[in-house]
Amino acid sequence: MKKIEAIIQPFKLEEVKEALKSIGIDGMTITEVRGHGRQKGHKEVYRGQEYTVDLLPKVKVEMVVNSARLEEVLKALTTAARTGKIGDGKVFVYDVAEAIRIRNDDRGEAAL
Amino acid sequence: MKRLATLIACTAAAAAAQQAPDKIAALENAVKAAQSAGDNAWMLTSSALVLMMTGPGLALFYGGLVRKKNVLATMMQSFIMMAVITVLWALVGYSFAFGEGNPFIGDLRYMFLNGVGAAPNGDYAGTIPHQTYMIYQLMFAIITPALITGAFAERMKFKGMLLFMILWALVVYNPMAHMVWGKGGLLNAFLGGKFRAFDFAGGTVVHITSGVSALVCALYLGKRKGYGTEPMKPHNLVLSFIGACLLWVGWFGFNAGSAVAASGLATSAFVATHFATATAAIGWCLAEWMHNGKPSVLGGISGAVAGLVAITPASGFVKPMPALVIGLLAGLLCYFMVAILKQKLGYDDSLDAFGVHGAGGTLGAIMTGVFATNEVNDALKDAAGKPLPLGLVDGNGGQIVDQLVAVAIAWVLAIVGTLVILKVVDMVTGLRAEEEEEVVGLDLSMHGEEAYNLES
Repeated sequence: MKKIEAIIQPFKLEEVKEALKSIGIDGMTITEVRGHGRQKGHKEVYRGQEYTVDLLPKVKVEMVVNSARLEEVLKALTTAARTGKIGDGKVFVYDVAEAIRIRNDDRGEAAL
Repeated sequence: MKRLATLIACTAAAAAAQQAPDKIAALENAVKAAQSAGDNAWMLTSSALVLMMTGPGLALFYGGLVRKKNVLATMMQSFIMMAVITVLWALVGYSFAFGEGNPFIGDLRYMFLNGVGAAPNGDYAGTIPHQTYMIYQLMFAIITPALITGAFAERMKFKGMLLFMILWALVVYNPMAHMVWGKGGLLNAFLGGKFRAFDFAGGTVVHITSGVSALVCALYLGKRKGYGTEPMKPHNLVLSFIGACLLWVGWFGFNAGSAVAASGLATSAFVATHFATATAAIGWCLAEWMHNGKPSVLGGISGAVAGLVAITPASGFVKPMPALVIGLLAGLLCYFMVAILKQKLGYDDSLDAFGVHGAGGTLGAIMTGVFATNEVNDALKDAAGKPLPLGLVDGNGGQIVDQLVAVAIAWVLAIVGTLVILKVVDMVTGLRAEEEEEVVGLDLSMHGEEAYNLES
């Protein structure tokens, strides 16, 4: 089992969800986050007082998938989330030790 | 037969002649009652409009500009004036401001509103109940201290603020209102003042006193913790936008209402007010656009308020074209004060009460001396009944000196009065919130509540 953690542009969330659904991935957790990589922030001015906003709003998508499907899922995800500009985000993949469905104690891939 | 007819005709004519004076008197009374009804309707409406400027107008305008942990406390500082100043006004405030007294302060003849009833007071407003005039003036007394709260927003103790405002109303506002508008006041051009200053709706009384006192408060209290290093962005400009638009509407009561009648002068003040606000909004936006590359919403509404402030003293004296000029100058000047000069000098006038009200009020008072004309306001007449020249445009350049005297008195009274009050309050209750209270925010530390409980 692999955990995919993707930090994407907020306005790409719908496309990513659609792309994942179309290949049969239903489970995911979404968080609104703020952060920055190489993308520069922007300047805001309130009555002459300047603020540089470098932590920009992003969306974090987390899901755990069957290892065999990893590449397929990653391809769908990155294709849907890509604009080609700086600020598109990043994807991290982790190994997962265990998964449990709370409702009935299913374990491992059966719990996904 | 003919003689009889003549006799009857004569009797009838005599009876009619006897009735005529009664009829004329009745007609005169009816006309007076009609005028009083019209004027009173407008003045009660204006009173309500001016109250609306404080709550919700100013409360929203200021509330949106602070951080979200201080929004309720900021609104409360305006709102509580609607209660506290009202009581003070009823007890002694109105009398100190509008009792005859001496050139500097009124006497106690209207204490507890004694003798302030339905009968008009001919000195102030001959066609409306004295009580209407009293309640109208109260709304000015409420908003003026509320304006100051912008300077010490996000760091003032509530208890200290209450004591400060009560003393400020007594020591600064009431005397200044008396000097400019009270009978026999030092600066009252129309009721026997030594200096002939023109202040139609409160450029000196309201905006210079509050704006300059605000600067003194900001300097005395010092900067907010984290000023210049932590972001202190306005937490909700939508609130500020609604507040500023309510101020614009309410200001028609403030300025046009200052004609104290539903008259042509009221219309003229209404028009001048609206025109100046329009050009001030444009002026601020343009300055910002050129200076920063973008015209902001906050800039637009700040400019509008600056224009409203600057036209206040002039509104009942100037024609529409000069109003456009005064507004534009106000937009540009206040932008410079707030966005450039304040940054250079480094004082923390949190919501720019000084940059907008102090600077805009001073500009307006001086511009009144330039553009005031008897074509708009012919209340001042010479012995032969001819209207006297008012401002520079009427050929009376000396008026600018009278205006400067009024400005100087307002500045000095505001600085000295506020400093003394701050010292006293500092000793009695303390002024500044404790560091920890300031960090958690005044909503929680002063009032025990939070504005946005979105998860509850």
